[in-house]
Amino acid sequence: MMPRAKLVAQKREAAAALLDGRALPEGGAWATKARNAAEARLREMGLPVKRDEYWRYTDPRRLTDANVQPGKLHAQDDETPVFDAVDRVKLVFVDGVFDASASDAPELAGVEICHLAEAARADLHWARDLFGVLEARGQVPVARPLASLNSAFATEGLLIRVTGKAEKPVSLIYQRKDPAAEALTHHVIRLEAGAELTLLENGPVAARYNQVLEMDIADGAVLHHVRAQGRDHERAGATHLFARLGAEAQFKSFTLSANGALTRNEAVIWLDGAEGSAHIAGTTVGDGAFHHDDTVFINHAAPRCESRQVFKKVLRHGAVGVFQGKILVDQAAQLTDGYQISQSLLLDENAQFLAKPELEIYADDVKCSHGSTSGEIDQSQLFYLRARGVPEDQAKLLLVLAFLAEALEEIADPVLAEDLRGKMEAWLKRRA
Amino acid sequence: MLEINNLHCELEDDSEVKILRGVSLTINPGEVHAIMGPNGSGKSTLSYVLSGRDGYEVTEGSTTLDGADLLEMEPEERAAAGLFLAFQYPVEIPGVGNMTFLRTAVNAQRKARGEEELSAGEFLKIIRAKAKELQIDADMLKRPVNVGFSGGEKKRNEILQMAMLEPKMCILDETDSGLDVDAMKLVADGVNALRDAGRSFLVITHYQRLLNHIKPDVVHIMSEGRIIKTGGPDLALEVEENGYGDLLAEAQA
Repeated sequence: MMPRAKLVAQKREAAAALLDGRALPEGGAWATKARNAAEARLREMGLPVKRDEYWRYTDPRRLTDANVQPGKLHAQDDETPVFDAVDRVKLVFVDGVFDASASDAPELAGVEICHLAEAARADLHWARDLFGVLEARGQVPVARPLASLNSAFATEGLLIRVTGKAEKPVSLIYQRKDPAAEALTHHVIRLEAGAELTLLENGPVAARYNQVLEMDIADGAVLHHVRAQGRDHERAGATHLFARLGAEAQFKSFTLSANGALTRNEAVIWLDGAEGSAHIAGTTVGDGAFHHDDTVFINHAAPRCESRQVFKKVLRHGAVGVFQGKILVDQAAQLTDGYQISQSLLLDENAQFLAKPELEIYADDVKCSHGSTSGEIDQSQLFYLRARGVPEDQAKLLLVLAFLAEALEEIADPVLAEDLRGKMEAWLKRRA
Repeated sequence: MLEINNLHCELEDDSEVKILRGVSLTINPGEVHAIMGPNGSGKSTLSYVLSGRDGYEVTEGSTTLDGADLLEMEPEERAAAGLFLAFQYPVEIPGVGNMTFLRTAVNAQRKARGEEELSAGEFLKIIRAKAKELQIDADMLKRPVNVGFSGGEKKRNEILQMAMLEPKMCILDETDSGLDVDAMKLVADGVNALRDAGRSFLVITHYQRLLNHIKPDVVHIMSEGRIIKTGGPDLALEVEENGYGDLLAEAQA
């Protein structure tokens, strides 16, 4: 076992090597300050390595290597893109760079949308108070150096401020054109008290990507976030979602992941105000060279809040699923209602699911439950369906979709839920 | 209709365990046969072998449905050919709505038989009428298959499936177990409503009381993997009064 000090030194050296000769982007006063601070955090923490407890199930090298592994672009086909039927404001990124000409006009009543570069020049005080701030807060209790790397170097991203009830979703679409591009995007979303927004994200992003979402949801505001990570098999990405909720605020985030060589989705959620509600859910379907890691940290810091984590993974042909989920209940957070479930359905003996659920509770009057299971298709259920005349393949598909159903129920909008359910069904059928 | 000839089977994992040791019986169209027998006599296994459940190895004998070799068919093919098993323990399937399940099953069978699939509207109309007869409410149709159903609700749900699928050969495996008198009557009424000249039933039960409601034409007594006696409805009454002891002794003599 390597002594801790030596490991830390190695991690710092790796960060220094990565930063060597790399200048921070130019920007306005507040942005430069935020980037300098982020870079300093990164130097202090060092780069993640597999020996870190926090990375024990996922090897971060592909995310931290100086060289980006190129990934084949998905062949064009006739498949309907996700969210196609939804009326929304489309904002398009190509290889991680915002493409205004391919996007809708960023105009929506009650919503201000502005590009990061533009905001960095202007003195947008609300953005200044958030950019890199939630990320910095998210560095405890464990280090998330890739998020600091993002705050330091991302020049692409949108700042979205919502002051009313947005009448349609804002949809971020990530397209890939370059087989070897790396993308760093950093979005900041601020919902003022009582505001409402649905934020959609989809697309393969880039050969390698590092995304940060900072979300500040003020008292009584409602944010629905639905994300589809699909298509290209060879992409690798790390995402960090930092969300802070005020009193009676509601946040629902759902992620569908299909394909991708390596994906690490981290979510850090603080329930700072009484009676907030945060739900985070995901369904993952993986086949072959696929490694998917959901790492969630929810901090109940105020009384009478509710949180739910529902993660379901369908894996086969060597696919690996990881879930690390922690609920931390502060002493002040009495009457917390926390729920966490992570389950995998292994379609053959070569797939693997690794789970590490954790509860840390300092309040005495709380209700918290967690569960994690790993299993195969239930043979008695399969026989029951077949005995009623349902062919084996169709019966299996029905049971896999049934397994995913609990997570899909976390999508509030039935149209979006049905859309994603259909995408998963199509994916499963293609691989039947 | 159903022809079982000298059927032998053992457990797939343990060939020493021989469960059926030469079962033969013939059920003609429109007939109701009952099989009674003590625990472990092989009654339920017979229903599983007929419907195609894994885990059993048929070593001898044959089984045909309208002349077609059942043992060569997958479970779904047997269902499409008109065989139905009402399970002793209906399986719970969280995440699959009862209605979705039934519609998928009905249409899969229709498709397999080369018939037109039912539209959502047509299906809804039929299921509503049939569910009402069995006192199955809209909520039970919406809920996941058998999840949170009481014992009686599960059995009624089995009969609803039977009514929707309109099989020609129905096997009821201890459908009376776990039912109170009222629930049993409801289930029996559902079965009786389906009786017609072209449909046959094989009713597996421990007790004679179900046969008060579903009147059999033929009663078989099964023991140690064989049918040891066949008779009319009176045979069931005899068992009710005297138990299986005399019959078993007679068979061994």
